[in-house]
Order: sequence, then structure tokens, then C-alpha cells
Amino acid sequence: MAEVEETLKRIQSHKGVIGTIVVNAEGIPIRTTLDNSTTVQYAGLLHQLSIKARSTVRDIDPQNDLTFLRIRSKKHEIMVAPDKEYLLIVVQNPSE
Amino acid sequence: MAITRLWDLSASIPSYTVLCRRGNLSQKKYEAKFSVPPTDIVQSHPDLITCVKTGTITPPPFVFARFMATKTNFRSERPLYPSNEFNFRKQRAATVQALETMPTRMPPVKAKMIAGTAPGQAQKLTAPKPPKGFIKKKEEDDSTDLGDGAEEWSQPKALTKPPDQLQLTEAELKEEFTRILTANNPHAPQNIVRYSFKERTYKPISAVDQLAVHFSLDGNMLHKDSDEARRQQARIGVVENSTRKEPAAPEASEKNEGEEARADSSAAGEEGAGGEEMTTRSKKERKLTNQFNYSERASQTFNNPLRERASQTEPPPRATFSSTANQWEIYDAYIQELQKQEKLKEKQKTSITKKDDDPRRKLPSADSQSDDIGKVSKSSKIVERMVNQNTFDDVTQDFKYFEDVSDEFRDQEGTLLPLWKFQYDKAKRLAVTALCWNPKYPDLFAVGHGSYDFTNQHHGMLLLYSLKNPSFPEYIFNTESGIMCLDIHREHPYLLAVGFYDGNVAIYNLKTATTHPNFMSSAKSGKHTNPVWQVKWQKDDMDKNLNLFSVSSDGRVVSWTLVKNELFHTDVIRLSLEGSAPEGPEGAQPHATGCGTSFDFHRQIDYLFLVGTEEGKIHKCSKAYSSQFLDTFDAHNMTVDAVRWNPFHPKVFISCSSDWSVKIWEHNVKTPMFVFDLNAAVGDVAWAPYSSTIFAAVTTDGKVHVFDLSVNKYEAICQQAVVSKKKMKLTHIEFNPLHPVLIVGDDRGHVISLKLSPNLRKLPKINGSFCSIFRHVTRERLCVRHLSGTQCGARPFIPRTAGVWMRGVM
Repeated sequence: MAEVEETLKRIQSHKGVIGTIVVNAEGIPIRTTLDNSTTVQYAGLLHQLSIKARSTVRDIDPQNDLTFLRIRSKKHEIMVAPDKEYLLIVVQNPSE
Repeated sequence: MAITRLWDLSASIPSYTVLCRRGNLSQKKYEAKFSVPPTDIVQSHPDLITCVKTGTITPPPFVFARFMATKTNFRSERPLYPSNEFNFRKQRAATVQALETMPTRMPPVKAKMIAGTAPGQAQKLTAPKPPKGFIKKKEEDDSTDLGDGAEEWSQPKALTKPPDQLQLTEAELKEEFTRILTANNPHAPQNIVRYSFKERTYKPISAVDQLAVHFSLDGNMLHKDSDEARRQQARIGVVENSTRKEPAAPEASEKNEGEEARADSSAAGEEGAGGEEMTTRSKKERKLTNQFNYSERASQTFNNPLRERASQTEPPPRATFSSTANQWEIYDAYIQELQKQEKLKEKQKTSITKKDDDPRRKLPSADSQSDDIGKVSKSSKIVERMVNQNTFDDVTQDFKYFEDVSDEFRDQEGTLLPLWKFQYDKAKRLAVTALCWNPKYPDLFAVGHGSYDFTNQHHGMLLLYSLKNPSFPEYIFNTESGIMCLDIHREHPYLLAVGFYDGNVAIYNLKTATTHPNFMSSAKSGKHTNPVWQVKWQKDDMDKNLNLFSVSSDGRVVSWTLVKNELFHTDVIRLSLEGSAPEGPEGAQPHATGCGTSFDFHRQIDYLFLVGTEEGKIHKCSKAYSSQFLDTFDAHNMTVDAVRWNPFHPKVFISCSSDWSVKIWEHNVKTPMFVFDLNAAVGDVAWAPYSSTIFAAVTTDGKVHVFDLSVNKYEAICQQAVVSKKKMKLTHIEFNPLHPVLIVGDDRGHVISLKLSPNLRKLPKINGSFCSIFRHVTRERLCVRHLSGTQCGARPFIPRTAGVWMRGVM
């Protein structure tokens, strides 16, 4: 588990990474590097979005699954990696 | 309306028929035919008809018939006179409401008997039927009504007049109208025609049935004298005379008895009394049910008061649930079901071998206790790669899409574009001693870290990087001794063979999450006594055991076989200094032992391999002969750092040495075909996987040299310094098997990936294919004559890729 911790640390220390959030299946953030209100907002919204995205992918082909969701915005890139139970959200500023 | 009925009221009254023929109600044409018994009073069903008879044989003075008009539902009472004419006074329609078709003013009706009368048997009565206004008439005939005053319908009724009734004078009222009633059915069709075959025309049919049957009812009574009655009696089993009396109607019983008694006595005087006794007895015994005379008794009991009891409970909690079943949810449900079934099957199977399961079970349970955050390990890896992709976006784009445009203007030469630089903090001081691409995942490669400074040996490190994540290695293994070489198995790309500085050989399995090697040689199991300079996986041996070779500077080439989780070693060859054959018994002259530094196995000929030594010699050996070499090349003046067979041409190999030279050999010829001087110690050389004529070498002055023999046989087409000359030396080089990418390692632990420009990855031309060059060079050397490229190219058909052509040659 130290390995994962390290990976998360590395991600956080990476250039341009603004924040890392781990969200559980209910959409409740269990680990974050951002402030509380931002975390809650990100977690709630992206949880729904990823569920919807996964549903879409699986509706098209039930054997398929969502592995990664990438949202490129003007300011950031939000990366969502859904796992079986958790959701890893990383916000990065790629131009930095 | 036709009423046909049979009554069997008594034996003495014969049945009669009442037949009423009626035309149209609205036109009030009626016909009645009576077949009335000559005696007694006949009372039919009160609704239907009542005949009053005075007891004479003459026709009854009047008969009241009451018709049920089914359609209009009106009731009329009127006398049916036996006479053939009726005189009606002009009548006003008193009540008209019941009859829709009735005109308000009643026309005078004259009834006329149409058919002749036959009094006694059948009387045809033609009676007009003035509907309700008849009540008045009935009042006038009160005297006759008294005969059957019991009839409810004959009771006088109050006269109701509509307010708009026409007022007529006495004269008008007295006025007589005569109306003739006909027996013709006005509704009967007049114009029926039928085809006559005789005359071949349609002929109108005159005879139309005028009878309209409005009602018919079959009686269920039989006359006792009829055949049917007798048959029934016979069936019941009553044959005797006395019993025949019983069905007789009670009204006529006395008379009949008397008659029968008389008849009996006349037949047999003595038996008469006995017969009577029998009859009386049988009368008592048997009593036939009277269909008409019976009484029914019923009584009303008290109804118990109803009691109702109910109580209100608290309603159960409700929740509204709604959901849409997606296709994938259904799919998941099915998959779960399948897995359940499979588990059940497995359980049944493993229940026998339960003991074996116990240790296995402990493992996953230990895993499940792990921290929550461990579950995001996979996604965290993905995210890390994506973050890296974002930061190194330009490099990634270059890797995928950049092609050096300047190549077109540079004639033959090419360039190397540096892409990612791989480094790991903990491996900073460790030189890259080995590089190997993964054969299955073309983005993954292994890096062995150690030290070439033999006075400064520390630990080593085995790292596996992916091009997708240049900032951090995918796998990290720390080793106690410095790594000198490594190799990844072709068929099992998760197995890594590693040779160490301390002479050990180890196998790492990437699938297991341990930090230690899965298998390792030891001092007991015949490890090398000197650094292992090269390891190579071989094909599995005949027992399907994993098999690898290693070469070390202790002069041994050892074959390692993995049998039952243990490494067994076999010395394949011992290198001797003389080269031809070892002198005397082994170990007697340790100084005479050669030091192997590199080797390579032939791709097609299984037993053939080359060993480069510290002394600069290259031995061509066979696995079959452990004592002697097939051939020996005096290749270099210093250590042979690398020796490699050409991947396409089966006879050609390349060698490089610290004596600054790279040489290309044909293994049957003792002298090199090509010699290239690179002006620095050559650390490594590698053939390109896409062309037989391209190879690359790294030198200690930090340069990468790329040669294409089909382009230039004397000079490199690319010489490029990729690290600073003073500080760092390049140690190793490898071509990516798929992408046009090179990786080079330096002695500071960095690995640099370089993209080959288009000029450096030209596929071989026909003229430039290595074989033609090789032949060219050989002939040149043999001084036969100088062959021009065009003459070589005169070959009629040569496939484009060198590899294919090589196979054709073989």
C-alpha cells in the first residue's frame, strides 16, 4: 500500500498537478489534496459524470468498460480513473 | 298469433286446439280457429285463452280471447263471437297510448267471417281488434263478462281520455263503418317468381303461405289411450287393469270406477271384490305426482342481525423505487449467475481435496485486509501515465508523429531525435550495464544497473520502464550485487534472467510481487566465480524446463536449467587461452583459462554460438562439444564487448571492442568483412530489427553511431553525441523491436530514448541488401574482380526485404 501512497505522492508532486481526490463508490471523497468545498464539488459532479460515462460505454457493449475519463477544459485537464470501488480524480494544468 | 295447445285435463275431456290466426295488428285482422271440446268448461292458461262453454254442443256464445301481442305489448280483451259478422258502433279511440300505429280516430270496423264456419269442430273467427277503446265495449257486454268474472283482466278500468281527444257528436259516434277482414297476409310477398324450366321463363308464384305463426308450445301430456301412453305404462311395468285407473283424473274417478267395476264384474263375478281391493290398495300405495296440484310451503325465519368488526392498522412504510435496467446491468446479472454456478461446481470438485485449499485461502484473505487506498493502485498507475503524457505532451507527439524533414536535403545522413530520458534517483550512481526490450510489450524495457568500475562495486538495481511513464520505473528490484547483464524470455515475457557481478545468476518473475529473485544460483549450485557478462534464454529443453545460458570471465559457459524450482547448472564449455583445446585436467592451469565477456547464439542453428573473450578472441562453439571450439577468430586487441549474429543473414555477425573498432564477420571466414574505427571504446553494438544492413554502436565518448551498409560501407550515416562527452560514457544500446526508437544507457544511470530519422530506417533496397554487399566484399577480398552494384542487381527476382531473401538463399 505504500506503493500506492508513493504513486499518489508522485502524481501530486508532478508538474502542473493541482489536486488529487480519491472518491469512494458513494461519491464521498476519502482523500484529497484540495480544500474541502472544492473537493466536495469535484467529487459529487465527477462521480455522477463517470457513472454516466461508464453506463454509456457499457450500454454500447456490455463486455466493454470505462477505464479512463479525460476532460480537457480551457484551464485544466481533469482525469478520472474509475476503479471497481473508487474513483481517482486528478486535476492538472497541462500548460504549466 | 297461433296458439296450439294440448290439454289433458281429464280422460273425458279430449284435447282441443285453439288456433288464432292474426294478420297485421295495425290492420286488426284476426282469425281464430277453435277446436273446442263439446262439453264442460275449458279453462286454459289464463294468459292465453279462455273458453266458456255452456255445456251444449252448439258453438259457445262467445269466447274471450286474450292475446298477447309480443311486439307492441298491449293487451286487448274482446269477445269472439261465433257469428260471422260484427256490428260495431263507431267508436272513438279512448286509449291510444299503447299502440303507436293506432290512428287517433278509430275507423269503424266491420268484422266479417271469411271462411265458412263449422260449428263444433272448428270455428273460424274473424274478429276486428279495436285496441283499447274496447274497454267501453266490454262494459256494454258486462253480462257476458260475469261468466268469468274471476278473470283479472275483465275488471272495469277507469277511462282516461287524452286532453286533445277529438270530440264527436252522437251522430258521428253512431255512424257505422263496415270493414271486411281478409285472411290474406298483407305482408306476404306478392311478387315471388321462380324459374320454370318448362317454359324457360320466370313465372310468378301465386300460392303464398298466408299463415303466420306467432306462438307455439308443445304440450307434455299424453292421452292415456294413445300408443305412447301405453308404451310408457308398459315400461313402468303396470299391466293390470286396476293400475290403469290411476292416471285418470280425480274429477272423473268415481264415474270411471263405477264403469270399470261393472266391467270387471261382468268379466268375473267372484274376482270383482278382490279386484276392487287391489285397486284401492294400489291407490294408497302409489300416488302419482300431480303436475298442476301441489303446494309449496315456506316460512321466513328471523334474520340474525349482522355484526361487522374491523380495525385500522398502521400502514406499512412505502417507498417509491424506480430504475431502468440497462443492457449491461442485465449482462452483469448473467455473468454473476454464471460465476456462481462455476463456483458451485468448483466447490463440489474441491471438496474432496480440501486440505490443499487451506494455504491458498489464507493468501487472499490477507490481501483483503489491506488498506482501502490500495484499491486504487491500478487507476493511480493510469493517472500517473496520463499526467506524464500531459507534461511530456510534445515528446509524445514527437515519438508518434515527428519525422525529420531535413533528411530530404541531407542526402543519405540521418539524425537522432532525443525523446524521453529515463532516470531513477536511487540508480543515479549506477551505470547502465544491460538493456533489454520486452518482446511482448514494445513500450516496456528492462534496465540493469551496476558498475563497470571494478574497484567501486556496490549494490545493483533492476528497473523496468515503460515509454508511457518516463518519470518513474514500473518495477524496481534492488540487488545486493551489481547487475552485469539481463535477458527477457521470448515466450514468457515476465521472466527475466539476470547475471550479477558476484557470479550469480537469478530469475525474476514480474508476476509475483516479491522484491527478491524467484530463483537464484548459489555457491553450492555452481555459480560463476567471476562476473557474469551475459545471460541468454534458450528454448526449453526436451523436458520443457526453462533453460538459460550464461558466460562469465571465469571461463565457463554454463547452461542453467530450472527443474522443480531449482537451478541446475551444466558447464557447456570451458574457455582456454590457447583456444584449440584445454590442456591437461581442468583447473590445473588456471592462468590458461580464457575470460568470456559476451556470447550470442545462432538463430537457426541451434547448437552454434559465439563467445567473445577478454583477450579479444571470438570462439565459434557448439553446445555439443564442450572441449573444443569450432573456430576461433582473432578479432580484437581488447575485450570483446559484444558479439551478435545478424538477425537476417545466417552467416554474418558483428563484434565490437574497447579497441575502438566494430567488425563484421562472415563466420566461415577468418578475417572481418568490415572494420569500422569509431575513435573511442565501443561499449555495445546492435543490429536493427528492420534491416539487415543497419546497425548502431555506442562509444564511451557519448556518441551514437548508426551505419547503413547499403548506403555507406565506410562511414556512419549518423554520428551524434547524446550525452556530454566529458562526464558520461555510453554503455549500451538497443533497438525497439517495433517503433523506430533506440535506447542508450550511460554510466550515470540514465537511459535516453532516441527516435531514428527516416534516413536511418530505410528498408533495404535490392542492391543494398546485405547479401549483395556481402558478396561484393567477399569477392573484392578474394580479388576475383570488382563487381559493380548494377551487376549484382541483375538478379532477376529478389524480394524486397532482406529477411525474406535470406530464407530463400538458405
